[in-house]
Amino acid sequence: MTLTEKILARASGKAHVAPGDNVWVNVDILMTHDVCGPGTIGVFKREFGKTAKVWDKSKVVIIPDHYIFTADSMSNRNVDILRDFVNEQELPYFYDVIDDPNGHWHFDASRGQLKKQYGSHFTGVCHTTLPWKGHTRPGEILFGTDSHTCMAGAFNQFATGIGNTDAGFILGTGKLLIKVPETMRFYLEGEMSPGVMAKDVILHVIGDIGFDGATYRAMQWEGLGVHTMSMDDRMTIANMAIEAGGKNGIFPYDEKTGDYVRDRVRENGTKSEFEPVEVDAEQSFIYDKTFDLSKLEPTVAMHPDPGNRELAKNLGDVKLDRAYIGSCTGGKTSDFLAFAEVIRGKSVKIDTFGVPATTKVVAELKETQWDGKSVWDILEGAGVRMTENASCAACLGGPVDTFGRMNTPMNCISATNRNFPGRMGHKESRVFLASPYTVAASALTGHITDPREFVS
Amino acid sequence: MSHTLTSKVFVVHDNIDTDQIIPAQYLTLVPTISEEYEKLGSYALIGLPDDKYPVDLVEPGRTKTDYQIVIAGRNFGCGSSREHAPIALGAAGVQAVVAESFARIFFRNCVATGELYPYDSNERLCDIVKTGDEATLDFDHDTLTVNGQTYPLKPLGEVRPVIDAGGIFNYARKSGMIPAQS
Repeated sequence: MTLTEKILARASGKAHVAPGDNVWVNVDILMTHDVCGPGTIGVFKREFGKTAKVWDKSKVVIIPDHYIFTADSMSNRNVDILRDFVNEQELPYFYDVIDDPNGHWHFDASRGQLKKQYGSHFTGVCHTTLPWKGHTRPGEILFGTDSHTCMAGAFNQFATGIGNTDAGFILGTGKLLIKVPETMRFYLEGEMSPGVMAKDVILHVIGDIGFDGATYRAMQWEGLGVHTMSMDDRMTIANMAIEAGGKNGIFPYDEKTGDYVRDRVRENGTKSEFEPVEVDAEQSFIYDKTFDLSKLEPTVAMHPDPGNRELAKNLGDVKLDRAYIGSCTGGKTSDFLAFAEVIRGKSVKIDTFGVPATTKVVAELKETQWDGKSVWDILEGAGVRMTENASCAACLGGPVDTFGRMNTPMNCISATNRNFPGRMGHKESRVFLASPYTVAASALTGHITDPREFVS
Repeated sequence: MSHTLTSKVFVVHDNIDTDQIIPAQYLTLVPTISEEYEKLGSYALIGLPDDKYPVDLVEPGRTKTDYQIVIAGRNFGCGSSREHAPIALGAAGVQAVVAESFARIFFRNCVATGELYPYDSNERLCDIVKTGDEATLDFDHDTLTVNGQTYPLKPLGEVRPVIDAGGIFNYARKSGMIPAQS
């Protein structure tokens, strides 16, 4: 069996499953957020009754992260709906914006977008929070009401996005009926050249198989190339399985996975036992292809879809109005460090927005010193508009006052994960997806730029 | 519901993602609150680029559409897992989407909510049919008849009874998988 099949077999109490089988799986973690949480709670109460209790308090994780730093009253209300539910159900894992469990969230627009407006529990983007706070474990089943839930496949687990109704069903029962997907294998050899990042790998692969090339399928990553990658790199790649239509992305387990997970479950006091799935000698794939990482070059997904691939070096005539770094995929500390490597000592030429994925990323960028200056200050000094308000922000547009949202038609290069029309705001704007290196190089020149001009 | 549906069709092409079906700024609406459900309907497909789609699915100021059947190309509903997408279409009065192919989560959300019948077509109907053409969808024979031609659709198979029942909860209760509501 493939990694995905092994996890689904275990979770459904079967010795063997095959693609196409419909199986009831036991859920290890259900995650929801402020955009889909209120509807999920609504479904749960409508279907199981007003006094119903969730199936297992320790397995529900609620992370407000989408529409937080906005004066939109409905968005602020939705965070309050989450808090009321958490109080009523006594849920232990809620990363609230405010510290007062009986308070109401209200964003104060008069204080601006850049300075932090959150309390001590707030974390930021859900997919980056889950591993940080010790909720991702090898061999487990994670469902989330968000399509980028597949990012946790980096940790050798089955993770996928679902809707409110399925999530409401899980809240009541702890189970979900799912179809076992066919598996595609992407075998990575060699090492990435200087100037090339994990983002280029996934953009290259999506360009190869097409925007729907993995529809209903698992994307399994193997090969020596995988083991040379950091956990952050693996997260970037697993995150974008959905951009090829994939059900999940999944990585093998190795020492890096084990160390990362053990450190974080210990730090947070979350469940510490886990059982990884190992790669079988015999597996069947519907697709199997080897990629030589050393041959890859900085890659861009052009408007209007993530499969619309071109090399950065061929796009020098695309003029840009804006650059953006942030999101689950592109807003990790390692992403900002790569970005800063290119930016340091120079000035950006176009409006450039930086939104750390989590509050921990904010802290790390302020702590990390290069030549006596923090990376945060280096970026601000170069003209990057850095916000301490970690969230999904303009990656998905959001309410009109969202930081970095495009409210007029413009061209933006972005380290995020999706570029269908209207994704980052105005429906006539155009988004080009690229690595943090490429976004940085392009921010310096004002047109799409191969970062190898700047990275040695 | 009746076993055939006759309606004007609304035609879109490939990769209509969930942001075009219901732009992210409207996700503040909670689908289980009935006024907000209705409002979601008024915004269905409002994210389509105006130059390619000069006609609105739902006329400004209304919550219901005149087009109960949507015809689409490849990968309809790709992108986000937001259930607001099939719900916005369903709330607007769309009863079926006939597409060359669907994205996985959207398809599943159609079934789980029972809002819509997501039919796969064999032909690329979005190149043959125009917005405003009148079509008849025959749920018994899985066909779409439009402009004098009858096109076979792929039967929905095991998900059909779930949508007929009105979604996963009704189906699970009917079949005894979860207890009936008291």
